[in-house]
Amino acid sequence: MQWETVIGLEIHAQLATNTKIFSGASTAYGAEPNTQACAVDLGLPGVLPVLNQEVVRMAVKFGMAIEAEVADTSVFARKNYFYPDLPKGYQISQMDHPIVGLGHLDIEVAGETKRVGVTRAHLEEDAGKSLHENFADSTGIDLNRAGTPLLEIVSEPDMRSAKEAVAYMRKIHELVQYLDICDGNMQEGSFRCDVNISLRPQGQTEYGTRAELKNINSFKFVEKAIYGEVERQKEILEAGGSIVQETRLYDADKDETRSMRSKEEANDYRYFPDPDLLPVYISPELRAAVKADLPELPDTKKQRFIQDYHLDNETAYKLASSKELANYFETVVKQSNCEAKLCSNWVTVELLGALNKSNLSIQESPIAAPRFAELLKRIADETISGKIAKQVFEFMWNSADSADDIIEKQGLKQITDSGAIEAIIDKIIADNPAQVEQYLSGKDKVFGFFVGQTMKQSQGKANPAEVNKILKAKLKR
Amino acid sequence: MHTKTLTEISRGLQAGDYSSQELTESYLKRIKQHTALNSFITVTEDLAIAQAKQADAMLAAGNAPVLTGVPIAHKDIFCTQGIKTSCGSKMLDNFIAPYNATVIEKFNQAGAISLGKLNMDEFAMGSSNETSFYGTVYNPWAENTVAGGSSGGSAAAVAARLISGATGTDTGGSIRQPAALCGITGLKPTYGRVSRFGMIAYASSLDQGGTMTQTAADSALMLQTMAGFDTKDSTSAEQDVPDYSANLNNSLQGLKIGLPKEFFDDSLNAEMATAIETAINEYKKMGAEIIEVSMPNLKLAIPAYYVIAPAECSANLSRMDGVRFGHRCDNPEDLNDLYIRSRGEGFGTEVKRRILVGTYALSAGYYDAYYIKAQKIRRLISNDFTEALKTVDVIMGPVTPTPAFGIGEKTKDPIEMYLADIYTIAVNLAGLPAMSVPAGFIDNKPIGLQIIGNYFDEAKLLNVAHQYQQVTDWHQQTPQGFE
Repeated sequence: MQWETVIGLEIHAQLATNTKIFSGASTAYGAEPNTQACAVDLGLPGVLPVLNQEVVRMAVKFGMAIEAEVADTSVFARKNYFYPDLPKGYQISQMDHPIVGLGHLDIEVAGETKRVGVTRAHLEEDAGKSLHENFADSTGIDLNRAGTPLLEIVSEPDMRSAKEAVAYMRKIHELVQYLDICDGNMQEGSFRCDVNISLRPQGQTEYGTRAELKNINSFKFVEKAIYGEVERQKEILEAGGSIVQETRLYDADKDETRSMRSKEEANDYRYFPDPDLLPVYISPELRAAVKADLPELPDTKKQRFIQDYHLDNETAYKLASSKELANYFETVVKQSNCEAKLCSNWVTVELLGALNKSNLSIQESPIAAPRFAELLKRIADETISGKIAKQVFEFMWNSADSADDIIEKQGLKQITDSGAIEAIIDKIIADNPAQVEQYLSGKDKVFGFFVGQTMKQSQGKANPAEVNKILKAKLKR
Repeated sequence: MHTKTLTEISRGLQAGDYSSQELTESYLKRIKQHTALNSFITVTEDLAIAQAKQADAMLAAGNAPVLTGVPIAHKDIFCTQGIKTSCGSKMLDNFIAPYNATVIEKFNQAGAISLGKLNMDEFAMGSSNETSFYGTVYNPWAENTVAGGSSGGSAAAVAARLISGATGTDTGGSIRQPAALCGITGLKPTYGRVSRFGMIAYASSLDQGGTMTQTAADSALMLQTMAGFDTKDSTSAEQDVPDYSANLNNSLQGLKIGLPKEFFDDSLNAEMATAIETAINEYKKMGAEIIEVSMPNLKLAIPAYYVIAPAECSANLSRMDGVRFGHRCDNPEDLNDLYIRSRGEGFGTEVKRRILVGTYALSAGYYDAYYIKAQKIRRLISNDFTEALKTVDVIMGPVTPTPAFGIGEKTKDPIEMYLADIYTIAVNLAGLPAMSVPAGFIDNKPIGLQIIGNYFDEAKLLNVAHQYQQVTDWHQQTPQGFE
């Protein structure tokens, strides 16, 4: 049977505020355990939560960016369950009245654009951490993370493959960074994902029973976890079995999922409106202020890149995917005065290639945009050829020197002096009479041999156009 | 000195008739003499003396705030930095709060002296102070009778003149009921008038801190210090605080008093009906107009309350899990054992009952039938009050169905106990301010007149109560043995 995969994602994005969602404690990552947990975060008797208005602004910003309905009034609710790293015995979250309602996002997979629905996004506080290592016979609790603001973004079950799921996750990841509402740091857990997966026979409209994969914090793991889970479900279904609705944990080391708890074991969270907090009212003034503050978003930027720089769709999508990358590209275009096409090629192929190889982000690039622009300038003014430019790029990558200094020091300047090139060519023609004979008798391919020799003799510095021109003239048939 | 009201004490201190230290020492002595009442959980003698010395210096320097040097005490539900804050529970018997409640902070700023922490029903759940881990509080008016609850320690201590005034909290009648049963003046302000920060939550949408004093004038002075918006409590109201003492002497000529017929039906005890009628007559003499009002949904107040309050408390008390503070069982085998035994050992029966009821009411499949329905009733009750208060200035009625009952008399039947709050609970559901004013005796036991006002109209309530206290002397009576 042909199976269709149905995937929905719940993404937790940690909002980039300085202080916690309901207290004044710092949200900075990596502090000594329990040094960033105040009385409110510890859930001491008598304390009360006070909403950090910054998180409201951030959630509204996100809502507007995905063209969602932003609720006039949203309500915080208590989600009740006992766990040692949940100090109050309940998590303050939103249930019936989330701050962001139905919205959508367009993703691109294999050149196709697809619209994915976002069911809702709501605000909540994070729990602390249980530390099971380093404590004999007991568990350590670190409440630094308790009360860190999260935006939980819930998608519709609109994705049909691991590739689509990853594209959606990437798009959200890029978007929240574009909006400056999340640092996107996945190692530190600032951005993590639960995946709901079910299978159904191709053509069937009802959804199958789903399993939820919890807390995956990398794109690669999401993709692998989905592949694995789809195979697991397929095997069960094809053997005539049925899927149990359950929560599963993805073990990245073993690349497999295992059951955490079934539906029967699931908590009854006994949600009810939190009486300590007033409903959140979004004023028209706040809406207007957030709207005015909204940056150019990836889709708009992509369209502008296509229009203004005549980039192809794929390149424009890639460059617009991250604000930093887009800024880098535009800085290079502006400062190098080169054709956008050349800039986009160099940024997406050479630069991103090198960054990927070294596992660096664009922000961490050893070559900043202005220095990179200098290099492209020298290609454009024919000081160096594209090929030589790659060598210069290598040098730049490993030093702080400017392109000009490197070209100068390494003697890589292109030979455009036709006299010098002629001299080289004359010698090659004299040294290779057999090849000259072949070419003159009609073997066009041999022309390449002469070009190659000339470049070799000039150590790649001869201007290729000039070489062509002179060779054509000298070897006139 | 102890026979003086808080207002008189303040005047004497300001005039230099006596020092705060003298006063404090004299009260501390009385507290020691009357430990049998069991009204205190903690007496902070050294701290009180230190505060008194500081207050005397402030008084000597001049310009000291009105409560400077005045000895009061606080219900043990308010967190006090460095001092045990037990909330009447074994669960918090070892809990030393690392911070002050906003109310405590305000009294400290005002120079008031805190003599200690007052006994109360466990986590403010009870109407007789019999659920306290520290034992029952005795009513100074009659042997073996309850002081009421949950602010029973506050009421008994003020009635016995062990302190000049006390804080209390009122979730369903916990200030007004014990005030009535102990013959003192109790004020539960409008929900949001007094900050709840640092006041250990029972039912967050109903809890409100207030005053327990001999007179309405005393109450005005205390409320002046307690009231106001607090950035640490989102539910506190951003409303100006008027001068509560300014209008105490306004004439009541033309005051419209509403009497809900539902308060005065056949179920009202005849002696209570007579006592309340007598009190109302005093108001008639002062020129008030009596108007009958109807609030048809009042009868639903108790069932609605006993869904909403337990639901909220079931979540509020989850933090008492033995992990970070409070009672922790010995040698837990695993996490579940830690939870089960710590909570099982730390909480008393009534608290457990309410946690169970609340957990049930919030459970999947029951939420709509209980919690949502109770919230609807709550709105209907609020509407009843709002409607009535369109035609009258204040609403009056009894505070309790009977005077103080015997210790142990109602502990076997929780429903019987819950009915002790039948006249007070609706006010909390509506969030309105209300007072209990001493209004006579039945069988030599005090009873209270309840005065309910409009939102943030505490000044009016205090005026109405104060005028009554100008023509009656019920509030000046002192129980035998405590003169």
